Amino acid sequence: MSSHNIRISVNEKTYRSTVDSRITLLDFLRNDLSLTGTHVGCEHGVCGACSILYDGTPVRSCSLLAIQADKRQITTVEGLCNADGSPGVLQKAFCDAHAMQCGYCTPGMLISAHALLEQNSNPSADEIKESIGGNLCRCTGYIQIIEAVQLASQRLRNSR
Amino acid sequence: MRKSKSTNLRYISKKRRVIEDERFVCGTGKFVQDIQLSDTKHIAIVQSPYAKANIISINSKPASELDGVHAVLTGAELANHTDPIRFGLNLPNVTWYPLAVNMVRYVGEWVAVVVADNPYLAEDAAELVEVNYEALDPIIDPEEAYTDSKRLVHPEHGSNILYEGHFCWGPVEEDFAKSDFSLSFRVRWGRSSTVPIETFGVVAEWDEGREMLEIWASIQMPNFVELLASAMRIPLNSVRLHQDVDVGGSYGVKRGIKHAIIVSYLARKLRNPIRLIEDRLINMSSGDAHGPDRIFDTNIAFNKDGKVNSLKIRALDDAGAYPGRGPFQLAKPISAIVGPYKINSVEYDAISVTTNKTGQVPVRGFGQSPTNYMLETAIDRVARHLNQRRLDIRIKNLIKNDEFPYLIPSGSSYDSGDYLGVLQKTLDRADYENLMKRRKNARIDGRLAGIGLATCLEPGGGNNIFEYLMNPSAEITTFTEGCEIKVDPDGLITGVMGTTSSGQGHETLVATIIGEELEFDPALIRVVHADSLNAPVTRSPVASRMAIMLGSAAAGAAQKIKAKALAIAAENLGRPIEKLEYAEGTVFDQINTSHNISWSEICFIAHKAYHKLPHGMEPGMRAHNVFQVPGGGQLPDTDQRVQIYPCFSFQVHIPYVEIDQHTGKVSILNYFVGHDCGTQINPDIVRGMVIGGLAHGVGAALYEKFQYLPDGQFLNATFADYLMPSAYEIPMVTDIEHCTPSPLTSHGQKGSGEGGYLGAPAAISSAVNDALAPRGLSICELPMRSSIIEGLLNNGSTSQ
Ligand code: FES
Ligand code: FES
Repeated sequence: MSSHNIRISVNEKTYRSTVDSRITLLDFLRNDLSLTGTHVGCEHGVCGACSILYDGTPVRSCSLLAIQADKRQITTVEGLCNADGSPGVLQKAFCDAHAMQCGYCTPGMLISAHALLEQNSNPSADEIKESIGGNLCRCTGYIQIIEAVQLASQRLRNSR
Repeated sequence: MRKSKSTNLRYISKKRRVIEDERFVCGTGKFVQDIQLSDTKHIAIVQSPYAKANIISINSKPASELDGVHAVLTGAELANHTDPIRFGLNLPNVTWYPLAVNMVRYVGEWVAVVVADNPYLAEDAAELVEVNYEALDPIIDPEEAYTDSKRLVHPEHGSNILYEGHFCWGPVEEDFAKSDFSLSFRVRWGRSSTVPIETFGVVAEWDEGREMLEIWASIQMPNFVELLASAMRIPLNSVRLHQDVDVGGSYGVKRGIKHAIIVSYLARKLRNPIRLIEDRLINMSSGDAHGPDRIFDTNIAFNKDGKVNSLKIRALDDAGAYPGRGPFQLAKPISAIVGPYKINSVEYDAISVTTNKTGQVPVRGFGQSPTNYMLETAIDRVARHLNQRRLDIRIKNLIKNDEFPYLIPSGSSYDSGDYLGVLQKTLDRADYENLMKRRKNARIDGRLAGIGLATCLEPGGGNNIFEYLMNPSAEITTFTEGCEIKVDPDGLITGVMGTTSSGQGHETLVATIIGEELEFDPALIRVVHADSLNAPVTRSPVASRMAIMLGSAAAGAAQKIKAKALAIAAENLGRPIEKLEYAEGTVFDQINTSHNISWSEICFIAHKAYHKLPHGMEPGMRAHNVFQVPGGGQLPDTDQRVQIYPCFSFQVHIPYVEIDQHTGKVSILNYFVGHDCGTQINPDIVRGMVIGGLAHGVGAALYEKFQYLPDGQFLNATFADYLMPSAYEIPMVTDIEHCTPSPLTSHGQKGSGEGGYLGAPAAISSAVNDALAPRGLSICELPMRSSIIEGLLNNGSTSQ
């Protein structure tokens, strides 16, 4: 099996690493970088638990190889926190709206919602549904998640 | 226990943040997959491609020769060194090992496992394990399994019937004879499940010096440690189950006993930590995933005014090849067999058969959701037969406010309720008259529109006596829960619970109740999940029981702490306890409030100033309290009547749907749910449970089913094939709260984890059938997939 040297920026920190070509980006983040906030749900691209930002776009890290992230900017859920590790605006809104139960889908939901709010500061409920439409949650029935994104968008707008 | 003190609550029932949430949004939850022990080895699983076959030979040599592979374990070796997994039912001739021995009994059954340095390598090696099979003729259909005496899943057992019980409560035949009408029907609940996003995982390490098994698992299971120790042939106190792992959803299914035995055996044998994380294919085909798969034949007797008198129910449940506690899902419904209705007598035949499918595990509601679907269908059928409104039949038969506690024929006494109140509130909020107008207009426009109406009862906090009903060798009459409170010398409070949590917010529950009782901000109270050797007396976080049981236990422990603080204060203030008052930890003299002692002084004295303690008092500041199931502690009477669950929550579901005539697609356009679980400890948690359960119900009603071909091939082990609702499929739900406190719990709380799932399938079926009624069509099986409805609409057939 071939190994490759990669240079990858994750949450604004640069890592150089040698990886086997078949290692998924998800496993690389979790095992090599110990960023365990990104979760493993299906490993076949359906559930969205493994979502990350890849050059700013939400993608499924289970369906990418680590070597495909060479020279790319990756953001994981840990990167959505403030510099001191405290939750950011969207994360706080998820807490205030109790937009989770087991918390397993939550990192993926946050990544998708974050990407939406970057594009659209005042999304409608339908637009929010569309943005998280590829993230499965088995606990909440989604409604408190939609409410959390609305709350975050309102707070973000108020703070501008 | 006293009644709700809802007038002066500080923290209970208030909108407050859920303590657990912050770690989840930051990605710092600790799930079993996040546990990294050095030198851990990984497992991949070899599965059977046949539904039934003899294993002729296994050649593991090519796999074990691969670099980085440490072992290939087969069923024969494991069976030599472990005992079979114990069933819930008494089935001495049905043997269940984690890995198949001699015969495989379902597609996906585990035949061997490979241990390697990493999961990638383990999977490579698993592909090299060569297994020779002799294929046999499987039995897949549960009705055939019931009668077939030749194609046996477990030949030594002599039949495919695992359990057959007959119950008769009250004068059923007389009630049928006296009634104006009776009607019979069949409904079928499809094999579906709650399918958490986290698969099951387990890590085990053998501590050689202590001869102890250390294990971390994403479980939600009663008796896990007992079953594991017994299979491993080691004493119970040689297993330490670490319960401070976050479990990524369970809703009943995370059992993992076979997984745990395999990793434990290998950890002891290889002296390495061993980890088994299911992938999704393993999880759906052969992990603990599949729920009830049930056919009901029901006969209901009623009068022309709509009064329902009696029920005859036959439930045939397909438990698959190796059912653990799955078949008990036929027994929980006994506790609310008449739902919220006044029905005088019931006959119940409960049958569990084994087939060549994956074994059944408990799923949210423990059999109550299929039963409620059947029951609500019965009420709808009565309405249709009499040409009366579904609503009126319900109003006629619902138990009234002044009739509690209400004793039902099977022996349950319902604690409290305001069924008509919840119904009215929900109708008002839904603007029922207007919904009917909307339906009428839609029908005038030629659209298929329907309103659903369903109620459900959620029994919570049971005593496990259902096990005895199905297996009289299990004389278990309680299912207690304990909580411990430790106050340190600085006065800081820690609540200790004895199980894992999988999203129910137990840390918030315990902190809120302790905070309420001791008058401290719950945000400052730490709650820990002790390991199994340090845990308070505990059973398991199942059965909508933790608010009832753990919550009441926490309240009791807090009261003990308070009593101790008062006793220490009395000694040091020189005043009798009756003359003192406790407020936020400080104890005052009622008359002279400046004569007081602070919480920190009390805690210091308790821990360190023995000379200031009342004579003979045990030093320290900790209390353990075990809450016994209210109304438990009894074996059934000779007619098999017994109280199984103490508390009964209630919900009303009203969805409005429209069906696309060309595709058969059901769109849920509105959904109203009224719920009453007594005092809500944390309203956000309750709301999440209601809506989340409802979403599971939408899946079971419209989409989800584990599908087998007639030859036993399993078809949908991926998320692309087994369809679960996304944000698009779940309607915006309007939830309506109501509170009828339970007289049996510390603050009037009841269970809330299951009701959404108990009501939604019945309600959506009711709505779809209402929409189909103008065409003279009906559908009596779940899931009601669009392909089935389309077939019905366009050819009048239900074949897919
Ligand atoms: S784990 Fe990547 S989409 Fe499910
Ligand atoms: S919070 Fe549990 S899966 Fe979404």
